Amino acid sequence: MRNTLTIAWKETKTYFSSPTAYVVGAVFLALEGYFFVQAVSVPFAEASVRGFISPATFILVLLAPVLTMRLLAEEQKMGTLELLLTSPVKDWEVILGKYLASLVIFVGTLSFTLYYVLLLFWFGDPDIGPMLSGYLGLILYGGAALAVGLLASSLTPNQIVSAVLGFGVLLLLTVTDQAAQVVSGLGAVILEKVSITAHFTDFARGIVDTGNVVYYVTVVFLLLFLTTRYVESRRWR
Amino acid sequence: MIEVENLTKYYGDFLAIENISFKVNKGEVVGLLGPNGSGKTTTMRILTGFMPPSSGTARVAGHDIVDQGLEARRMIGYMPESVPLYTDMTVSDYLAFMGALRGMDKKRIARRIDAVIDLCRLGDYRHDFIGKLSKGYRQRVGIAQCVLHEPAVLILDEPTIGIDPIQVVETRQLIKNLRGEQTVLVSTHILPEVSMICQRVVIIHEGQVVAEDTPENLSERLQGNERLEIEIRGPAADVMSAIRGLKGVTDVRRDGGGDRAQYTIYSRRGADLREQLAALVVSRGWGLLKLNPMSMTLEEIFLRLTSEEEKA
Ligand SMILES: Nc1ncnc2c1ncn2[C@@H]1O[C@H](COP(=O)(O)OP(=O)(O)OP(=O)(O)O)[C@@H](O)[C@H]1O
Ligand SMILES: [Mg+2]
Repeated sequence: MRNTLTIAWKETKTYFSSPTAYVVGAVFLALEGYFFVQAVSVPFAEASVRGFISPATFILVLLAPVLTMRLLAEEQKMGTLELLLTSPVKDWEVILGKYLASLVIFVGTLSFTLYYVLLLFWFGDPDIGPMLSGYLGLILYGGAALAVGLLASSLTPNQIVSAVLGFGVLLLLTVTDQAAQVVSGLGAVILEKVSITAHFTDFARGIVDTGNVVYYVTVVFLLLFLTTRYVESRRWR
Repeated sequence: MIEVENLTKYYGDFLAIENISFKVNKGEVVGLLGPNGSGKTTTMRILTGFMPPSSGTARVAGHDIVDQGLEARRMIGYMPESVPLYTDMTVSDYLAFMGALRGMDKKRIARRIDAVIDLCRLGDYRHDFIGKLSKGYRQRVGIAQCVLHEPAVLILDEPTIGIDPIQVVETRQLIKNLRGEQTVLVSTHILPEVSMICQRVVIIHEGQVVAEDTPENLSERLQGNERLEIEIRGPAADVMSAIRGLKGVTDVRRDGGGDRAQYTIYSRRGADLREQLAALVVSRGWGLLKLNPMSMTLEEIFLRLTSEEEKA
């Protein structure tokens, strides 16, 4: 665990020494600000976080892979993976450390939106339940999106390719939700089950369903496991 | 300290090393010598646990590099060939990170960083970003991270490539000074370097060990041949036969034709032909345009070594 934290800490610091984290954070907050203003500026606006929590999932499809694209791709390109993997560190510790760093940056950025929440409390009387569930859902959703991005980053030494890959996979996992509405029967059920957005809607409505939480946590573990396996398999080639 | 037994590694279908076996005793500095593509890096990557062998075993300080990979890696300081570094970190941050990864505590990290920065003369660059450093200074950082945790075994892949002559001398001295305290395996394709820093040499060629000896014994064996390049103006056939007639000449080859050609002359060791040749050219009234003693290239040496082993 100590190794994981060492790596997480190093990666977090690296985020701050490159513009990526700032740009991703700024774009995320700017878009969130737009959705917030749009949601509250209609007559009889509802004092709720739904207006900017739901669109956040869409923004994350675009931004999560950008946040993670460097993490493993750059190590491969620079050859530093050789030093990392020959250190007395387990492969999963490396992967988990890097994942945690991206999660820290994401949650850190997300915490800035609490400012909007403060505004809601100032000017209205929002319901706390949906707010908490919305944020929980967003963190779980973001966590899964970052895990997708990290896997993509392990597959290639090229950051751009990694970002596009992650973006493509996330988009696919998103559209299965819509595809589910077109088909019927078992196909629809399966498509809805794998959709990363279908599991989110309940959170936005204020419902914390254990099944949905389990879904996201499972997705994260599965993806981190696959990433570790893939990095391990590089040793065998 | 390092025991290598029948290591074989395939990259896909390509056989990179085959049945490599050797030993490095505690406190020894051993050179792994071989031309480009002979499998030095492959061997070292297997020893450091970067990739497993296709077959065979290796132990570092008694730990199997596959089954007890973590313990084995804990004993090793490794400098990969390309000296990969995090260019977006400062020298001291980087060293602190590597120290933490190797399980050192904060106090020891701070103490050792001071020591290795001194040792590798990085004092002025301590707080600079690695990306800003020149190749030679990056090399020093590579060595610094490698000795930081005072590992029992050091594995250095061509540590003197790409740095200026003064630093080459310094680096060699540094490695020499480690002798006795630490066990060192260093790869190189520079023949004289081996005799300078190593007590023993393992020579590999095309993925196989072709010789293992002390540098002194090896140079004895290798200096069996000398070579001269000479350009003469004169009738080619006459020149060839006249040179062949000289004492000590083992072979002559001609490049180009007409009355002006290049000849490569191989001779037995110790037979310095230069004066004889000059006298010959003058007495026949030919023109001597160039006379150039050549040392054998590494490739030739390995070719000779391999053919020697085949004969034996
Ligand atoms: N990842 C790889 N995939 C396929 N072939 C490889 C790989 N790495 C090395 N090889 C091949 O294996 C052989 C041995 O390579 P290796 O890098 O071990 O040689 P080397 O002795 O270190 O050479 P050099 O002096 O150039 O560093 C070479 O023919 C090389 O082309
Ligand atoms: Mg090499």
